[in-house]
Amino acid sequence: MIRLLFTIVAGVLLGLVVHLVSVLALPRIASQDAYSRLTPTTQLNAVTMLPAADPGYTLMPFMDPAFAVAVCRYDLSAGPIKLTVPVSQAYTSVSFYTRNEVAYYAINDRSAGKKVIELNLMTEAQHDELPEDENITAADRLIIDSPTATGLIVMKALAPEPGLMAQAQATLAASSCKVQVDQPAKQAEAPQPGSAPFRPSRR
Amino acid sequence: MRLIFITLLALLVASVVGLGATWMTTTRGTDLGTLTIGSWTARPRTGTSDVDPYARATITRNGELPVGTGDGVAFTATTDDRRKPLDGRCDVVVSGVTPAARFWTLTLYDRKGHLVANTLQRYGFTSQEIVRGADGSFEIRIASRSRAGNWLPTGGIERYALMLRLYDTPVGVATRTQRDAPMPAIATAGCP
Repeated sequence: MIRLLFTIVAGVLLGLVVHLVSVLALPRIASQDAYSRLTPTTQLNAVTMLPAADPGYTLMPFMDPAFAVAVCRYDLSAGPIKLTVPVSQAYTSVSFYTRNEVAYYAINDRSAGKKVIELNLMTEAQHDELPEDENITAADRLIIDSPTATGLIVMKALAPEPGLMAQAQATLAASSCKVQVDQPAKQAEAPQPGSAPFRPSRR
Repeated sequence: MRLIFITLLALLVASVVGLGATWMTTTRGTDLGTLTIGSWTARPRTGTSDVDPYARATITRNGELPVGTGDGVAFTATTDDRRKPLDGRCDVVVSGVTPAARFWTLTLYDRKGHLVANTLQRYGFTSQEIVRGADGSFEIRIASRSRAGNWLPTGGIERYALMLRLYDTPVGVATRTQRDAPMPAIATAGCP
């Protein structure tokens, strides 16, 4: 009897471990997450408009039907990405998600403060490789570090009334998301770490 | 023989307890980092990098895209202010004011997050299309049959959820009470 009780207690303790491991592993093993759902219908490193919200067809749950939505599924292994989103009349926002749907950054049209939201998205390693050039560190260039090499950029424009949906969609359709081509040239200009003059260490 | 039996029993209990707890927490949600005002619940931390592991598991399992913190915050309600589950066959009145935000939207979903079909093709309201009283407060009537004023059709489904999203708002991780964020009241006005 005591042995049976001990078995059940051991099972419950082991169950706690199973629970913790499965919760932590779920983001990695989930096959129906938003990124996987968007993969068949979206292009890599390009803007894809999502169809308007409809009761018969739900790509992702709990999406706001008042918004026109466009998605850029990115892969930074080919180089940093330059994103430009024109601002619509009502409200525009850009949200960044990692491969496992962690919303690591979001910006709206007012905090961008311009008619066009312009951003450079890169990995931390690519950011470190950027030359310390003044026109690159200038304040008008917004650089965002992505924690993962792949992920999602979700652009949203509000249609305050259903009649304005076409206008919001047209605004988003003019946005662009592509790999920066001039990046390798700038990288070549950067001084090589090996050519730095030798400095004897002194105490 | 007995040892094998006991080991199998322990493993069986472990998998049932462990996976059962995971299933429960990802479908029903946890109270980690929630902000509850009236019958509205928000998880401001799901829009940041320090999202808790339970919310992460729920988000990836359901395939959601949470609203980022720089974008806004989403409040969900599945019951009225008296803890009665929202019933699509009843008349439910959402009234009052909303916290400061540039825009807000109120949307009706079924419990799985799908929009509910109706002939009007109305799935929610935005702050701009709502009819307001003289003092700026509003009243939305949620019912299966048409109502005067701001009518949101339910399609007659039994259980639904309301989502109030505030865009470009100071409400977020630092918000604690009703005073910082006055949320509208939800009341069931009558069932047929």
